[in-house]
Amino acid sequence: MTVILETTPSRYALWHRFVHQNLSVVVGGVLLLSVILIALVGPIIYSVDPNAISPLRRLKPPSTLYWFGTDALGRDLFARVIAGGRISLLVGVSVSVLSLACGILLGLVSGFFRSVDAIMSRVLEAFMAIPAVLLAIALMALTTASVGNVIIALTISEIPRVTRLMRSVVFTLRGQPFVEAAIASGAPIHHVLFRHILPNTLAPLIVQGTFICGSAIIVESILSFIGAGTPSSIPTWGNIIADGRTFFQIYPHMIFFPAVFLSITVLSINLIGDGLRDYLDPRMSRNM
Amino acid sequence: MISFLARRIFAALPVMFLVALIAFSLLYFAPGDPAAVIAGDMAQPADIAAIRETIGLNQPFHVRLGIFLWNTFRGDLGISIFSHKPVTALIAQRLEPTLSLAVLTIIISIAVAVPLGTLAAWRARGLIDRIAMAIGILGFSVPVFVIAYLMIWFLSVKLAWFPVQGYTPLATNWSGWFYNLILPALSLSTVYIALITRITRASVIEVLSQDYIRTARSKGLSEHVVLLRHALRNAAVPIATIVGIGVALLMGGVVVTETVFAIPGLGRLLVDAILQRDYPVIQGVLILLSAIYVAVNLLVDISYAIFDPRIRN
Repeated sequence: MTVILETTPSRYALWHRFVHQNLSVVVGGVLLLSVILIALVGPIIYSVDPNAISPLRRLKPPSTLYWFGTDALGRDLFARVIAGGRISLLVGVSVSVLSLACGILLGLVSGFFRSVDAIMSRVLEAFMAIPAVLLAIALMALTTASVGNVIIALTISEIPRVTRLMRSVVFTLRGQPFVEAAIASGAPIHHVLFRHILPNTLAPLIVQGTFICGSAIIVESILSFIGAGTPSSIPTWGNIIADGRTFFQIYPHMIFFPAVFLSITVLSINLIGDGLRDYLDPRMSRNM
Repeated sequence: MISFLARRIFAALPVMFLVALIAFSLLYFAPGDPAAVIAGDMAQPADIAAIRETIGLNQPFHVRLGIFLWNTFRGDLGISIFSHKPVTALIAQRLEPTLSLAVLTIIISIAVAVPLGTLAAWRARGLIDRIAMAIGILGFSVPVFVIAYLMIWFLSVKLAWFPVQGYTPLATNWSGWFYNLILPALSLSTVYIALITRITRASVIEVLSQDYIRTARSKGLSEHVVLLRHALRNAAVPIATIVGIGVALLMGGVVVTETVFAIPGLGRLLVDAILQRDYPVIQGVLILLSAIYVAVNLLVDISYAIFDPRIRN
C-alpha cells in the first residue's frame, strides 16, 4: 500500500482553480483581449477604407460581402466599427492613465498637507458638483472637436474623483506607524510620499483606473452621439450610432453592431475591475 | 439641529460660488466674440464696439465676474446669443419634461433597486443575488442610448406598445404624459438601478452581520421584521447617500435620453446650445443642473439628521 503524503496539484488543476476563483477577471480578460485584437489587427486584414463613400451600396443589410452592412453613405460598417474600436480603446486607456497620474499627485499632496487640503477639498467639491458628463460637454464646447480634446475634457472631469480617493487613502496611511517612523527618522518628505505612501495606495487606484477606463469609453460615445465629441468624419462608435439614428427603425443593424461592441468592451473592462477589486481588496469583496 | 442645518447650508455656499466661477470662466474663455454674434452679419465694426460697451465686454475679468455673480444671484442668467430670449425663460419652458423624466426615473429605480438589493443581501450567493449582481454590472456597462434603442426596437417598433418618441405635457393629458415617458424613464433608470442595488446589497449585508440583528432573530422576530425594521432601516444612510450622488449620473443620462426620445427638455436645450455655441445657455443650464445636484445632496444630508440623531453632532 502506498500512501501519498504530499501531492503537487497538476498544472491543469492549478489552472482550473485560478479560473474558478477569478472567473470575472478571466471572462473579462478574454473578451477584452478579443476586442483589442479585432481593433488592432482588424483594419490590417480587412483593409476597406472606413470612410469610403459609395452611392451604389447604400443601406445594405449585413451579408457575406458586407458583414455588418453599409450605412446611408454606403460606407462599410464592419470597417467603421473596427476603426471605432481603436478610438474607444485609445480614449479609455489615455483617460485612465492621465487622470490617475494627475489624481495621484494631487491626492498625495492634499492628503499629506492639511493646509493644502482645506483649499483643495473645496475646489474638488465644486468640480464634483458639476456632473462629469456635463463638465466634459461644457469643456468640449470651449474647444474644437478632436480626439485629443475629448481625452483632455474627460481627464479633467475624472481627476476630482481620483484625487478624492487618493486623498482618503493617504489620510489613513499617514497615521500608520511605518509612516510616522519614516518621518521621525528624518526621511525627506518626497521619500515618505513616494517610497512609503505611494506603493501602499496602488491597489485601490488600479481598480479605480479600470472603472475610469470603462466610464471614459461610455462618456466618449455619449459625447460623439450628441455631436459634442470627436468630429463626425472620424468613425467612433458614438458617431456611427448617431449616423444610424435616422434609419434605425428600418435598418437597425446600423446601430446594433457598434452598440454591441461598445457594450461588450465596457462590460469586459468592468468585469476585470470587479475581479481585481475582489482579488486586491478581500474586505470589500465580501460585500460588493 | 438648527446649528447642523446652518453648517450644512453654509458649506454648500462656497461650492455653488465655485460652480458659478467655473461656469463664468467657460464663457469668458470661450472662443468667438459674443458682441459680433449678437450684432449679426450686416453689422459695422462701430456697431459691434457699441454692443461690446453696452453688455460690458470691455470690463476687466473681476468686474465682469462680479456683475455675473450678482445677476446669477438675482436669477438673471443672461440672454441667449441665438434666440435673443432670456436664458431663464428658455430654461423655464424646458423644465417640466426634464423634471418629469428625472422624478419618474428616481421612483422606478428606488422601487426596483432597494427590494432587489435587500433580497440579494438576505440570501447572499443565492439566485436573486446572482441576478442582482448581473444587473449591477450590466447597468454600468451598457450605455443608456443602447438600452434606449433596444427598448424602442422591441417595445415600440416590433410590438408597438409604446410611442417611439415625443412628449405630452402633464397639463394636456396625464396618461399621454406617462405613456410617452415610461420608456425614457426605464432606459435611464438602468444605470441608477445598478448603482442603488449594489450599495443596498453591500450595506444590508454589513448590517446583517451586526449583533443586534442576531438579538432580533434570537428573540423570535420574523424575518421580514428583521429585514425591514432592523436591517434596511440601519442601511438607509448609505442608500440615501448614493441616491443623492447618483443624481449626477442621472443628469448626464438625461441629456442622452432626451436626444434619443426627442423630449424637449433641458438636455435638448443644452445639446442644441452646444451645437450652436450658445454660451450663455450652456452656462445657465450648467449652473442650474449643478445647483439642483447640490440641493438634492443637501436635502439628503439633512434627511439623515432627521432620521438618525447620531449624525447631528
